[in-house]
Amino acid sequence: MSGNQDAVALKRRSILLGAPALAGGLALAGPSRASVRTNAKIVIIGAGAAGLATASRLADRLEGASMTLLDRRREHFYQPGYTLVAAGLKSADYTVSTTREFVARGVTLIEEAAAEIDPVGKTVTTDQGKRLPYDFLVVATGLELNYGAIEGMDVARIGQNGMGSVYAGPEQAEATWRAMSAYADKGGVAVFGRPPTEMKCAGAPLKYAFLTDDTLRRRGNRDKAELIYNAHVKTLFSVPIVAEKVRMLYADRGIRVTHDHVLRKIDLERRIATFRTPNGDSEQRYDFINVVPPMRAPAVVRNSPLPWQTGPWAADGWAEVNRHSLRHVRFPEVFCVGDVAGVPKGKTAASVKWQVPVAVDHLIAAIQQRESKESYNGYTSCPLITRVGRAMLVEFDYNDNLVPSFPGIIAPLEELWITWIMKEVGLKPTYLAMLRGKA
Amino acid sequence: MKDLDLATLIAVFQEMLGWTLWPIIVLAISAGLAFLWVVLRDRSLLSRRLVWAEFCGLGGGIAAVLIMQAVTHSGFADLGGPIDWLLVLGIFTFGAIGAALGCYALFGLLAGRNQKPA
Repeated sequence: MSGNQDAVALKRRSILLGAPALAGGLALAGPSRASVRTNAKIVIIGAGAAGLATASRLADRLEGASMTLLDRRREHFYQPGYTLVAAGLKSADYTVSTTREFVARGVTLIEEAAAEIDPVGKTVTTDQGKRLPYDFLVVATGLELNYGAIEGMDVARIGQNGMGSVYAGPEQAEATWRAMSAYADKGGVAVFGRPPTEMKCAGAPLKYAFLTDDTLRRRGNRDKAELIYNAHVKTLFSVPIVAEKVRMLYADRGIRVTHDHVLRKIDLERRIATFRTPNGDSEQRYDFINVVPPMRAPAVVRNSPLPWQTGPWAADGWAEVNRHSLRHVRFPEVFCVGDVAGVPKGKTAASVKWQVPVAVDHLIAAIQQRESKESYNGYTSCPLITRVGRAMLVEFDYNDNLVPSFPGIIAPLEELWITWIMKEVGLKPTYLAMLRGKA
Repeated sequence: MKDLDLATLIAVFQEMLGWTLWPIIVLAISAGLAFLWVVLRDRSLLSRRLVWAEFCGLGGGIAAVLIMQAVTHSGFADLGGPIDWLLVLGIFTFGAIGAALGCYALFGLLAGRNQKPA
């Protein structure tokens, strides 16, 4: 925290909604916001959901700080939309925008990737050799889809020969829809599952089995199809009450569940998936498969001192942070938000929405040399689509508690149209507002 | 949803509707003001015009529900619980009141001040 001469200047912010006469005298005065003056150097690695939202909120609350955002990719992907693309409801460009349009004023975007993080020397080096010293570092790199861990998998062939993979990107989500749609015209065996690693949106593989079932029914081919969901452990979801509900719905839909199955090999020509099970390898022939790759922290984090040293998150390199503050436990100048954070539960946009304000407040508290009272309880949410037109609003915390946003109004484990409306109409604008630090 | 306040809602609607948000708000407020102006000008609600406006309102309500279903790739078969029916009712009411107010105002403006109360 060297060189931080902090001064707090209170800046009244009020937002007037048009002319008071038009709004019946309604004036929406935002809360008094302390604008913190500092000359701190802040580097943010990654301009995904977490990086952009963090940059926006820091820019809103800090004056005089040097804020640098690092990301080589120029496009921004709205990843929660991939499921809708892979359901044939949206085109790939629904999920694509540019990073620049969300970069807050006062934040410098460098279109280079971080190549090395040195939390001892407090420096980040880019892939072009730029050295960026920092007082505070926000690591928001996201995660790495480790397709290479599945023997025989070829990302370039997503969409071909009955193989889909929703996660790989907008084009691949669209290609997955083409493969699933072709399958739904004929029927056969469809295979689903998830990796044994931490993963983003653990509800997505479940949703895609529901959506495939729905597509088959709409085309009158459900009786020609067998759907198999291969759970990696003995349960379908980490939150027991949700797992039980999904188990009941899968039974209702006729989706067969096998447990302790982890995809380790795929033969894309012969359409055979090989699963690791407690009883040895098990082969499944498929007509359609949704491949969900193992996920891990990106190399720049894995190869740095930031990952957990022991425990369940060490092997894949997730960053060792305090689960309630998102602050690194060994390097207090470092905060890790979004997918890369080694915390239980969600790697979702909803997690980001709740993590970022907490991490930002702790960072600003550090600048001000005070303690932040903000705490992240692990909240995350998933509009778990059960068919086109219906979804369950599933919200939970670190302790597997359901934490409904609308208790008594929107039941969390009911298949509802209103939840579908929220997913299809409300989620993307809320996400985009979050990137701008406004939601 | 701990941050759900009016400023957040406006930010979300701004992302949803883009540049069209404020024209829509201005249009809605203009329709309301035009309705008030016509009523004050005529010093009463004209029953004949009101019936036609209500008829339009019915169409507006139905249209609002059908548009929402078309936009969201869904239909009546997807309604899963009481809250869904309440949402349909809310969308219908919103569309119906908007269309009825707007049509009453429009009819009043087109008719001019010469039309006498029925």
